[in-house]
Amino acid sequence: MNTAIKELGELVGREYKEGFVTDIEAETLPPGLDESVIRFLSGKKSEPDFVLQWRLEAFHRWQAMECPEWAHVHYDPIDFQAISYYSAPKRDEDRPRSLDEVDPKLLETYNKLGIPLEEQKALAGVAVDAVFDSVSVATTFKDKLAEVGVIFCPLSEAMVNHPELVQEYLGSVVPPSDNFYAALNSAVFTEGSFVYVPKGVRCPMELSTYFRINALNTGQFERTLIIADEGSYVSYLEGCTAPMRDENQLHAAVVELVAMKDAEIKYSTVQNWYPGDEEGRGGIYNFVTKRGACRGDNAKISWTQVETGSAITWKYPSVLLEGNHSTGEFYSVALTNNCQQADTGTKMVHIGEHTSSTIISKGISAGRGQNAYRGLVKVLKGAKEARNYSQCDSLLMGDRCGAHTFPYLEVKNPTATIEHEATTSKIGEDQMFYCRQRGLSEEDAVSMIVNGFCKEVFRELPMEFAVEAQKLLGISLEGAVG
Amino acid sequence: MLDIKNLKVTVDGKAILNGLNLNVGPGEVHAIMGPNGSGKSTLANVIAGRDGYEVTNGSVTFMGNDLLSMAPEDRAREGVFLAFQYPVEIPGVANIALLKEGLNAARRHRGETELDALDFLKLVREKLKLVEMKEEFLYRSVNEGFSGGEKKRNEIFQMAMLEPSLAVLDETDSGLDIDALKTVAGGVNALRSEDRSIILVTHYQRLLDYIVPDRVHVLAGGRILRSGDKQLALDLEERGYGWIDTVAA
Ligand SMILES: Nc1ncnc2c1ncn2[C@@H]1O[C@H](COP(=O)(O)OP(=O)(O)O)[C@@H](O)[C@H]1O
Ligand SMILES: [Mg+2]
Repeated sequence: MNTAIKELGELVGREYKEGFVTDIEAETLPPGLDESVIRFLSGKKSEPDFVLQWRLEAFHRWQAMECPEWAHVHYDPIDFQAISYYSAPKRDEDRPRSLDEVDPKLLETYNKLGIPLEEQKALAGVAVDAVFDSVSVATTFKDKLAEVGVIFCPLSEAMVNHPELVQEYLGSVVPPSDNFYAALNSAVFTEGSFVYVPKGVRCPMELSTYFRINALNTGQFERTLIIADEGSYVSYLEGCTAPMRDENQLHAAVVELVAMKDAEIKYSTVQNWYPGDEEGRGGIYNFVTKRGACRGDNAKISWTQVETGSAITWKYPSVLLEGNHSTGEFYSVALTNNCQQADTGTKMVHIGEHTSSTIISKGISAGRGQNAYRGLVKVLKGAKEARNYSQCDSLLMGDRCGAHTFPYLEVKNPTATIEHEATTSKIGEDQMFYCRQRGLSEEDAVSMIVNGFCKEVFRELPMEFAVEAQKLLGISLEGAVG
Repeated sequence: MLDIKNLKVTVDGKAILNGLNLNVGPGEVHAIMGPNGSGKSTLANVIAGRDGYEVTNGSVTFMGNDLLSMAPEDRAREGVFLAFQYPVEIPGVANIALLKEGLNAARRHRGETELDALDFLKLVREKLKLVEMKEEFLYRSVNEGFSGGEKKRNEIFQMAMLEPSLAVLDETDSGLDIDALKTVAGGVNALRSEDRSIILVTHYQRLLDYIVPDRVHVLAGGRILRSGDKQLALDLEERGYGWIDTVAA
């Protein structure tokens, strides 16, 4: 191996910074999953009966399903009976009304993660609904949102306070029967956010949620539902971090977006879960179903994601382009290092006329990381004059990693225009040397080159998030050098 | 300024430089000429600290420091600049971003404060004029889609910004039409100063009509075979490199 590549290898081997565990006593259900667990979960949240029935039906469907296998992701079988399906900070009955009431230890945890709620409140005008394990502990800015009629609350709260909205839209984009993990999630989901933006309202702030997995052996099954009514706009930010763990932790979330006529939803994710150590021990298994439906004409849904964490990632944020002239976008940066495996991509389903979709995917592989992009562009018969542009670029660091691109096309209407471009490149020794000759350290050079590679995606992120994403990539790639 | 003694370099086990000696004083401009494959770029790269070259013997001293023991970025921050023969493209990285990072790294190294955005821009505008480069090039990705001439101009622009003590220009003249050559030469001449040494690596005498060197060296067989004043370059032009070989033999 030449020295430049070896040095890059050292550069990318930096330890996960956020591995610590908060020792708040958790009220945790013993491992195992049966109907009584589902009844417990539902009762815990005082859910309306239709939700319980929906969960039970999903559970029965799930029992009949097989755990899926994918060509480019390898992992040991998961024992779903060894997982606990509920864990909450102890004082659940006595939930804090404001930040002052929040357990200082929790706040300390967030601070260590660099998520100072107080500061964020003041600085960014961002409403934060922080999820600590399975229960929401702090929700801010509700009043300001209420003024314009925006509902932003934990899904469990929405089920109690806005059952008609939940009943209409829950599972309307990702039905429980969709896939194995979606069915599991539908049966046992415990937290997540709910957003409703009324007709014609432009949500006055970016909405943000931080998820964090904490209690040992507890899977997380969030469920997020965002509805943008006619002519409305909302931008939602999701950020994730997790503490260091020896055992693999399962994460199977579902995100559903509904954009009505002339509405726009922008959903951005920066994900920084524990990826496992250099040998691939520990780390989060991330199997997520994210899908948006452009229900009305001129609706637009845009997914932007930056993924640097997880041991195994499997996710395909997708858009169903039902309305005429509706638009779907997918901008993604996925980084895999050490033994991380990522199998991500998107599905764009063109149903209405004159629908258009854009896919920009940037995969970065370092160490022994394996990065697969899988994209499906489907143009149905009635989708006259549909357009798609896809660009998939892979960047390799070192010679032990891999990048795989699988673009699938199903075009049933001959008037469609489909363009696909793909490139694979290596961080060149010549690029590194050029930067260093201009005075940059190795770390800064790597960071600059990688950020340059990802630029088209980063510029889709809201400003503060873009900065965070760049830092994250930096952290994920920096090494022991210097 | 720069003192190279008995430098021997191999690449993949193949000897490229075989005991090269070179001394460049402050403010001097030296031209190094030689046929293709004679090791001119190798010398330039070894001075700048590129990987893949094994120094098996000799020393390179720069302002009293052992250059060979320093990382490339430390050499750069100490004032060694290399204008590349083939400037590399870096997609997505704005020209100006790289330059700002590099300049500020050097300033921190010298214990100076970083330039703020305003001062930086002022400096940039001033230096752009030197090589008649348009401001739009600042915001384009480093060398991406630049023509050959634009890349070379960009190298000299960066040199102007970084104000090195020692600049090694590797075939900066190749691929330039006559007008571009004059502009680039004008830029380099403007950067000549008492405390800045310049090594011009070139293949052709033509460049030396515009940048008049203090010394000319002929590199062949991994060694400096001949040194002289600018007349040597003219003789070479007339008789070809074969002449040196016969003289040396
Ligand atoms: N990275 C390299 N790998 C293998 N051979 C090299 C490398 N760099 C230079 N060489 C060889 O070293 C010799 C000198 O090359 P170079 O220094 O580029 O010459 P010049 O710049 O004078 O044309 C040539 O024979 C070239 O093939
Ligand atoms: Mg050369």
